[in-house]
Amino acid sequence: MLQQSRPPGEPIVGEFLAGMRAIFPLVIAVLPIGLVFGAVAATKGLSPLETTLMSALVFAGGSQFVAMDIWSHPASWIGVGFAALLVNIRHVLMSASIGTKMQSFSDAKRYVAMLFLADELWAIAEFRAGSTRLTPAWYAGIVTPFYLTWVGSSLAGALLGAFLGNPAVIGLDFAFTAVFVVLVMGFWKGPETGAILAASGVASVAVHHFVPGVWYIAAGALAGLATALWQGRAREQAA
Amino acid sequence: MTLDLNIMIAILAMAAATVFTRISGLVLIRHVEMDERRRAAIEAIPPAVVMAVIAPTAFATGWAETLACAVTAIVARRLPMLASVVVGVATVALLRAVGL
Repeated sequence: MLQQSRPPGEPIVGEFLAGMRAIFPLVIAVLPIGLVFGAVAATKGLSPLETTLMSALVFAGGSQFVAMDIWSHPASWIGVGFAALLVNIRHVLMSASIGTKMQSFSDAKRYVAMLFLADELWAIAEFRAGSTRLTPAWYAGIVTPFYLTWVGSSLAGALLGAFLGNPAVIGLDFAFTAVFVVLVMGFWKGPETGAILAASGVASVAVHHFVPGVWYIAAGALAGLATALWQGRAREQAA
Repeated sequence: MTLDLNIMIAILAMAAATVFTRISGLVLIRHVEMDERRRAAIEAIPPAVVMAVIAPTAFATGWAETLACAVTAIVARRLPMLASVVVGVATVALLRAVGL
C-alpha cells in the first residue's frame, strides 16, 4: 500500500521542517539528560563507544538510566534486558495507539517509525494526529534531530563526564525525573487517574524499599492496572 | 574506545527488548478487538508505569526531591515541558544548596 502521490500543499521538505519545529523544545530538554546519561555511564565504567552504542541501539532513556542503576561487572544481560522490557512495556500501548493514526504510512514505514518511538516523540505525534494527518515526512522531521541529539549528547557526556563532575550538585540528575513528572501530569484525566497513580506510587515505593532490583516498576504497573480493572468493575455494577 | 563483549551483549539484550515492545503494539492492533473495559485498563498502564519509575525518587529519597517533584507537577499544569523541567531542576539544586 505505497502512497503514489502526496496531497497538494504538503511538500515533503515543508512537512519535515514543520516536524523539526514541533520537536525543538524537546530536543533542548533531552540534551542535558543525554549529557547526564553519558556522565553516569562513564562512572559505571562504560567506554564512550559503549555508551554511544547503547543510546543509538536502545534509544530509551528510562531503561538506560535503570540499567545504569543496576549495572554490575560483568554486565548481566538478563538483568538489564528484563529491566528494559519492564520499563518499556508502555511502548506496547503507545505503538498500538499511534499505529491507528498512521494511515498515510506504508506497512514498512510503520515498522521503521516504531523503532524510533520514545515518550517525547510519541506524545508530540499524538498531539499532531489530533489536529491533522500524520505524514512520514513530518514524523522523520521530529525523529531525526531528537535521535541525533540523544546519541550525540550521550557521547559528549561520556567524554566530558570528568569535567561535569557530580551532576547532583547542579541538580541535572533530576532532569529525567522532572520530565517524567511532566509526563505523569499529561496523563491526568480525572480522579480515576489519581487512584491509579496512588496505587502505583505506593506499590512502587514499598517494593523498592524491600526488594532489590527493578521489580518496583512491574509492581507499580500491576497495581495501577489492578486499580483500573477494579474501577471498571465498580462502574459496571453501578450501571 | 573499548568494546567489551559482555557489555555489547547486554546492550543488544536491551535493544531487543525495546524493539519487541515498540513493534508488538502494531501487531496487537491487527489481531485484538478492543472493548471499552479493555481499553480503559490499557490506558491506565502508561501513567502507572511512569509513576512507578519516579516514585522512589519522588517519595523516598529526600525532602529536596519530594518538594521539587511537587513544584514540577504544579508548574507543568501551566508551562511547557522544557520550562517545567528547568523549574524542577533549579528547585532541586536550590533545596540541596540550602541543605534539605
